[in-house]
Amino acid sequence: MTKILAVDDSASMRQMVVFTLQSAGYEVVEASDGQKALDIAKGTSFDLVLSDVNMPVMDGIELVRELRQIDAYKYTPILMLTTETAGDKKMAGKNAGATGWVVKPFNPDKLLATIKKVTG
Amino acid sequence: MSIDLSQFHAVFFEESFEGLELMETSLLELDVDAPDSEQINTIFRAAHSIKGGSGTFGFVQVAEFTHILETLLDRIRDGDQSIDPDGIELFLQSVDCLRGLLEGLQAETEPDTTRAKQLAGVFQAVLDGGSYADSANVVKTNAITGAPLDAPTGSPEPTLSDVTPTSSGTRKQIGFSIVFKPEEDMLKGGNDPVRMLRELATLGDITSHANTDQVPDFDQLVVDHCYLSWDIELLTTCEIDDIEEVFEWVEDECELSITPIYADISSATEQHYSNSQDDAIDKKIQQATADGQRLVMPSGPLPSLDNLQLAGPGDVANNLPNSTPAVPSVEVAAAKPAPPTQPKSTAKPKAAKVEASSIRVGIDKVDSLINLVGELVITQSMLGQMGSAGDSITDEHIGNLREGLVQLEQNTRELQDSVMRIRMLPISFTFNRFPRMVRDISIQLGKQVQLELSGENTELDKTVMEKISDPMVHLIRNALDHGIEMPDQRKAAGKPEVGTIVLNAFHQGGNIVIEMTDDGGGIDTERLLTKARNNGLVGENEQLTQEQKLDLLFSPGLSTVEEVSDLSGRGVGMDVVRRNIQELSGSVEVSTEMGVGSTFRIRLPLTLAILDGQLVTVADQTYIFPLVSISESLQIDSAKVNNVAGGSDVYNLRDEYIPILCLDRLFGLRQEAKVLQDSLLVVVESEGQKVGVVVDELLAQQQVVIKSLEENYTRVQGVSGATILGDGTVAMIVDALGLSGLAGNEIAAAQKMAIEAVA
Repeated sequence: MTKILAVDDSASMRQMVVFTLQSAGYEVVEASDGQKALDIAKGTSFDLVLSDVNMPVMDGIELVRELRQIDAYKYTPILMLTTETAGDKKMAGKNAGATGWVVKPFNPDKLLATIKKVTG
Repeated sequence: MSIDLSQFHAVFFEESFEGLELMETSLLELDVDAPDSEQINTIFRAAHSIKGGSGTFGFVQVAEFTHILETLLDRIRDGDQSIDPDGIELFLQSVDCLRGLLEGLQAETEPDTTRAKQLAGVFQAVLDGGSYADSANVVKTNAITGAPLDAPTGSPEPTLSDVTPTSSGTRKQIGFSIVFKPEEDMLKGGNDPVRMLRELATLGDITSHANTDQVPDFDQLVVDHCYLSWDIELLTTCEIDDIEEVFEWVEDECELSITPIYADISSATEQHYSNSQDDAIDKKIQQATADGQRLVMPSGPLPSLDNLQLAGPGDVANNLPNSTPAVPSVEVAAAKPAPPTQPKSTAKPKAAKVEASSIRVGIDKVDSLINLVGELVITQSMLGQMGSAGDSITDEHIGNLREGLVQLEQNTRELQDSVMRIRMLPISFTFNRFPRMVRDISIQLGKQVQLELSGENTELDKTVMEKISDPMVHLIRNALDHGIEMPDQRKAAGKPEVGTIVLNAFHQGGNIVIEMTDDGGGIDTERLLTKARNNGLVGENEQLTQEQKLDLLFSPGLSTVEEVSDLSGRGVGMDVVRRNIQELSGSVEVSTEMGVGSTFRIRLPLTLAILDGQLVTVADQTYIFPLVSISESLQIDSAKVNNVAGGSDVYNLRDEYIPILCLDRLFGLRQEAKVLQDSLLVVVESEGQKVGVVVDELLAQQQVVIKSLEENYTRVQGVSGATILGDGTVAMIVDALGLSGLAGNEIAAAQKMAIEAVA
């Protein structure tokens, strides 16, 4: 089963993402900031990381940078959840090694469609 | 997949309100001269989260407003935009505005966006290079003249598809020719060309050719470099946007060209084409596959959901791949019978909806609960084992049984404490709103005031917390308005120009104590007294102690300020404060020193579910007095009982005349009147009015669990609730406040006595 790590500091967004992914049959582990996500990621392997950009403690960009340092996550698809205003954030994410992004606001269908792009 | 997003709304609202609070706190703490980047980040993040959530959950008004707010904050964060006190003010206003919008949405009403639009206009003006103050003024004028100020939401950029020639007459666009040449490093970002090709294949019929000429010799091959490039022909009706979206993530990591392919079609076949494109595509494919060099990419058409919905029903049946459960689900949702339309009444039960709020409970509290329940289960099974011992009960059994019961008692008490703790929240929930309030009001009054908070982590029952907030607001407003002096006055008095208000909370016994201290001018008790005499609250010649004079502050209809100000001093207030606190079984007292300041001390029970009670008996009934309301209990000295005309008795308690109430008479418990001499008098005090209640016997003091009479029976005056005693009987909890209401005649008599005694 495809295993996804979902990272967002907003509980409502995280719940929505997790619920959507689980309903679609993915196995999901959640984290509320970059540091927590990194700790989890070091312990288990994931097929996809889905991360918000703006988070306390460690932001999404830093998380991507850290993950790419780890051999197991060298090619793992990492998608950033971002808003359309943050055009430079997309680039910052890409430069840090992110695979792509999902633009907020998104609905469950859009999220799943995007995820399908990089899994399987 | 259809997922009901409304299930996440409650969490969204909760975290948004929290975010707003965080924004407010950070804004208030922000030093405009040297803004702390972490604080700005916090503010930005809060706005950002609210925007993201509101967009996702469909709250367009909020999303639009936060969008522009966020843009501005982003620029401040990047140092492209300055921030000044006017800016802080604007942001604070936007916090209020957002709170209003969210509260409206939470109550399921259409929120008023007038303010949001105005503020958005101001922020737009700032973004366009105006200063905060100027922008605010310009927009204010516009608002008055009625110029429309819609929130700008970013003009849509012209997309390529707008420029693309649309099908006209004989030339029909049938697809795209794509050249895709990834850079060598593209794979390192986790992107895989295979996925993109597969994605393209879902859009239509794909013919792809991989160019392998860049692949080096094997020994020079770097495994994670991409050496391939592709020429692709995609036959599709989708727009160029859809194609671009596939390559969206890699557009700057590859060379990409997308050009439309046109086919000549006679106008006669055009109609046919648009209905069934397959024929045309088939032709094209045959043509394409005839070209030996081309490789046909992944098997079969994989229509996307969009395509399926666009195609006619017949096509769906034909093209349906293995399983697409998503499609029927859409139809099911639409086919659902519409719920019976209820006549819309304007008086929706909105308030009730908002009331049913949730609380967040720390996981440690839940864990401790689970632990305790575990203990309880063990004790229960231990006792159960003893119960099944049958007839052979020995002394040892009884010993064990006693031990078990002790354990059970302990478990129960701990469990009770634990459950109570779940409802406990740190008082910071209430305290946090005050810095903003103090700031706003002191600006309005032209005073300089700093607020110091301590003991914010002191925990308090949620219900108590909700009800104590208003009285505290009142006290703080009073302190700001009447307590703290104007800066020049303070300077003249040799005090620092900046006044200080200190809020402190701590636990003391089973109570929480909240103290509010100001270093203002203090309360002029003589003026209080004069005022009270003028209002007839105190007799001309009546002498009062300092304490009694201060107590006048809480009398109804007394205000010490000469001029009624906008904020406080309307004559109602302190009496309401005291009443609210007493309704919570709490008390408030004040101490003051002229020229130095005043301290208000609020004492509240930690919870409203349990109270410390004094058990008393009257006739064959047991009643409970809340301990906090009892000022003293004494044996009645019949010499001090004065019978006043009309059957009312008044007791002379150290030269103070207090009305006597007989519970037995009041509640109809006895036929013949009891001789007062044998009885005890419990003196209860509420709202400064003492009432002596005659009881037969004083029993133990114990904690009792309050059961609501209103919910289970009906409201009874003089009784605030009921409880169940250890032996299973029900005992009424006496409401001191209600009793003095019942004692109207007796109080009047006591007052008459007091006046006569003076005369």
